[in-house]
Amino acid sequence: MTATSPTVAVAPRERIVSALRAAAKHGQPALVAFLTAGFPSRGKFREHLTAVASEADVVEIGVPFSDPMADGVTIQRSSEQALRAGVTLGWILDELGALPPLSTPLLLMSYMNPLLAYGLAALAERAVRVGVCGFIVPDLPFDESEDMRAALAPYGLALVQMVTPVTPPERLAKVAAASQGFVYAVTMTGTTGNSVAAPRDIAEYLERVRAAASVPVCAGFGIRAREQVEALRGMADGVIVGSALVEVLERGESPQQWLATLRPARR
Amino acid sequence: MMNVETAAEHERVLADLLAGRYPDERGRYGPFGGRYVPETLIPAHERLERGARRWLADPDFQAELNRELSDWVGRPTALSPAPHLSKRWGALVWLKREDLAHTGAHKINNAIGQALLARRLGAKRIVAETGAGQHGVASAAACARVGLPCTVYMGAVDMERQAPNVGRMRLLGATVVPVTSGDRTLRAAIDEALRDWVSDPTATYYLLGSAVGGHPYPYIVRELQAVIGREARAQLLERSGALPDALVACVGGGSNAIGLFHAFLGDRSVDIIGVEAGGRGSGLGENAATLVNGRPGVLHGSYSMLLQDRHGQIQETHSISAGLDYPGVGPEHSLLNSIGRVRYESASDDEALAAVRECCECEGILPAIESAHALAGARRWAALHPGVRILIGLSGRGDKDMLTLTQTLLSQVQAGRP
Repeated sequence: MTATSPTVAVAPRERIVSALRAAAKHGQPALVAFLTAGFPSRGKFREHLTAVASEADVVEIGVPFSDPMADGVTIQRSSEQALRAGVTLGWILDELGALPPLSTPLLLMSYMNPLLAYGLAALAERAVRVGVCGFIVPDLPFDESEDMRAALAPYGLALVQMVTPVTPPERLAKVAAASQGFVYAVTMTGTTGNSVAAPRDIAEYLERVRAAASVPVCAGFGIRAREQVEALRGMADGVIVGSALVEVLERGESPQQWLATLRPARR
Repeated sequence: MMNVETAAEHERVLADLLAGRYPDERGRYGPFGGRYVPETLIPAHERLERGARRWLADPDFQAELNRELSDWVGRPTALSPAPHLSKRWGALVWLKREDLAHTGAHKINNAIGQALLARRLGAKRIVAETGAGQHGVASAAACARVGLPCTVYMGAVDMERQAPNVGRMRLLGATVVPVTSGDRTLRAAIDEALRDWVSDPTATYYLLGSAVGGHPYPYIVRELQAVIGREARAQLLERSGALPDALVACVGGGSNAIGLFHAFLGDRSVDIIGVEAGGRGSGLGENAATLVNGRPGVLHGSYSMLLQDRHGQIQETHSISAGLDYPGVGPEHSLLNSIGRVRYESASDDEALAAVRECCECEGILPAIESAHALAGARRWAALHPGVRILIGLSGRGDKDMLTLTQTLLSQVQAGRP
């Protein structure tokens, strides 16, 4: 029996953990891929998602928001275009419902306001039915997350917390321990898509995160090349690629092929 | 009619408010407020909160701030009786003259206070956002005064309609960065300033200009602007021996209004009215009247009333006044609205322009178009309450609005139209 069979009663958030751990067995960090829903084409969203999910170990689906304050220019642009094309959270959930179940765990990454507008309880109920395993909410720090956790808990959905290099040690330990699915370890300060610090500068930081976390640790922000992924080998359970993948989709290139170039050791 | 239980609950919240229990330890004003910011900014907010609690209560800091307020800002600002408006409206009208403060608006009270705070906290540079340009100018001036470099983010649309202020900021030594993302107004400028701060949260101080944002900003801005109401209350009592019957201020993010209102919240006989930008209509996108037309949600760090569509996307707003053109409002205003202590109304673009003209002709004062919304609201209030003693927050002067006024009001005046 595969770990992804829908008949197995595994909490959705555990599916994320299993997928990351299984991928990391190959010796390379697992690949967590981000795409903005409905970008560059609303009509091709399911096709793009399926393609990304065929290569990535976990997929984050970006819910576009009018004020993406933690994002750099690429994701801002993709978000704006998706909104203009009429992408909404409800539409995304409908699209996911229309897809055959994917073996790759899916997360929704959204700013808080679209989630509040949908209604947290209704959202959790619907999300679990269309195969979503968890949420990442960049403007919902742990201290404000009580309502969201309460809404997700009955369905076993994950709320992924972020930590950063400037997070004080005590707080880092608390937040990493509370994170579900994985810990999103931001490897630099700044917005998404900017260049990353040399990985050896962050080894000690990632070590602290892993020591505190009970779930896998994925490093993100600014990762766009194989060398960066290899440099994180042994330091992070997974790497998150966002802006670079959005740019690949924007150029009309194959997301699978590009994602595959990030992990030579497996091929 | 509100039921007894609701009324009792409102009384309890107001009592908490007057006892200084808001913001609470989580930065909440009842259900509103909080700190919805990216994890990268949490340590910076925590440092700022500790810094604000320490320094705002520190006698040395207070003495330094008060010295700057009197010697450099020019406080206390005047309280002007407005005899001609009084006569026309059938009321007794006073104007609290923040237009006479250095750089031309109340924004300087907050800017100099936060710049001094930034220096105490060891910041190496300051970033700020600006809509109408008044906060940008105030920040540039305050940074020059305390000796910190200043970068101001300003929407490209606002840079066009407030061109003279862009030049003033640059003369005062600030770097002005045009923001071409999003709606290219104040809201996009805040997004961009936050992105800058996210990139360097330790050495950079974000000098937020309104009573919005994640905790402790709404608290800091209120504390620094509360001087307006404290002065006005004392001046009016000294001058006339009585409190006003009504208090009126314009509300965008709400910093001048919270500053004027705060000293009067416990004066139960005083009706308090906040006037939002009614723009050109009540439809989504036609105004910036957040408390009148909005629903609660999260934007720029706090849970407060917002202009948003049913999917939670923040709406573009319209107001003839760049300074009120913002889809959110400070969390404390949302609380005051929810308990009915302050009544929030709106005034349209046309009403504001008429009020600019009336104030110029009657009192010899060119008010900012923002402040003219308060005048328009006050005029309406006076019409409903003959003989009312009314105190209006004149938050800024209108020189910065000459481009807009040239395209609108001035052509009517020159054509001799009433």
